[in-house]
Amino acid sequence: HMEENLRRAKKGDLKVSIHRMEMERIRYVLSSYLRCRLMKIEKFFPHILEKEKTSHEGELSSLSPEELVFAKQYMANTETYLKNVALKHMPPNLQTVDLLRSVPKPDLDSYVFLRVKERQENILVEPETDEQRDYVIDLEEGSQHLIRYKTIAPLVASGAVQLI
Amino acid sequence: MFCEKAVELVRELHRAPEGQLPAFNEDGLRQVLEEMKALYEQNQSDVNEVKSGGQSDLISTIKFRHCSLLRNRRCAVAYLYDRLLRIRALRWEYGSVLPNALRFHMSAEEMEWFNRYKKSLAIYMKSLGGDEGLDITQDMKPPKSLYIEVRCLKDYGEFEVDDGTSVLLKKNSQHFLPRWKCEQLVRQGILEHVLS
Repeated sequence: HMEENLRRAKKGDLKVSIHRMEMERIRYVLSSYLRCRLMKIEKFFPHILEKEKTSHEGELSSLSPEELVFAKQYMANTETYLKNVALKHMPPNLQTVDLLRSVPKPDLDSYVFLRVKERQENILVEPETDEQRDYVIDLEEGSQHLIRYKTIAPLVASGAVQLI
Repeated sequence: MFCEKAVELVRELHRAPEGQLPAFNEDGLRQVLEEMKALYEQNQSDVNEVKSGGQSDLISTIKFRHCSLLRNRRCAVAYLYDRLLRIRALRWEYGSVLPNALRFHMSAEEMEWFNRYKKSLAIYMKSLGGDEGLDITQDMKPPKSLYIEVRCLKDYGEFEVDDGTSVLLKKNSQHFLPRWKCEQLVRQGILEHVLS
């Protein structure tokens, strides 16, 4: 849209500059978002692909089809490389490396900031240490919290809370 | 002591600051693989001895060698994988064409991995919204202004700007150019953003 508008506007028109600036900002935010996704895919590729494999019918994938292709190619590329350069030259009982165990998993216990969009009642917060007990909290609409990701993961997926 | 060479490989990378790619230590890797072969063969013969009713006090030696084998593998794979991550970063820093100095530090297989990664990334970027795709290796920083002042660091030649006019980029010449056109040249070190 915006590019077409630009073509129509007269050269030297102030609107052109402002439009252009807006386009650049949009492009930056979009690129940044997509870059971040790609980085996460590359960082956790065995776990992400495993999750895709074991997801049930009807469960939405977290990856776009193109991202899935990219992830699979990344995995195949890396596996082939490691196999050809080192693993196939190793003793027969050591030639496979379990990537799921060697590559670190995402830390779902890390704390995140969130804002509540839809009121939630009775969210169970599991204890972190043995001394604590689990307890229940309510999330008021509009309130902000710092909480472990794992506790509220399904709410992020459903859109009831928004990470900030 | 076993695994010394393997640990040396890891240390070599640990010493290199982030983003730097030292030369591929082919010799080092070969030595690690040779040590693994020797350990394995020694273990094989000991295992056979134990199986044929020989001394069972060989078992702790066998276990020890197996641990060394695992450690060697872990170090070797860590070395190779960390290098791949650095090479991946090069694509995002320098673009599709790597400077020669860096290329000499890569093994042939690493180059192959890089080429396949490039291709995979290109296919993905092309698929983004619409027919042209979106080059997400650009726009690495939030845009502050439309045009920026740049100084040319090396002779580059003619550079075409949007409305068809072209600019001659000679060493030390300064220009006021659209930001999005310059970004890649700034990253490659041909242009320098002048902040006044």
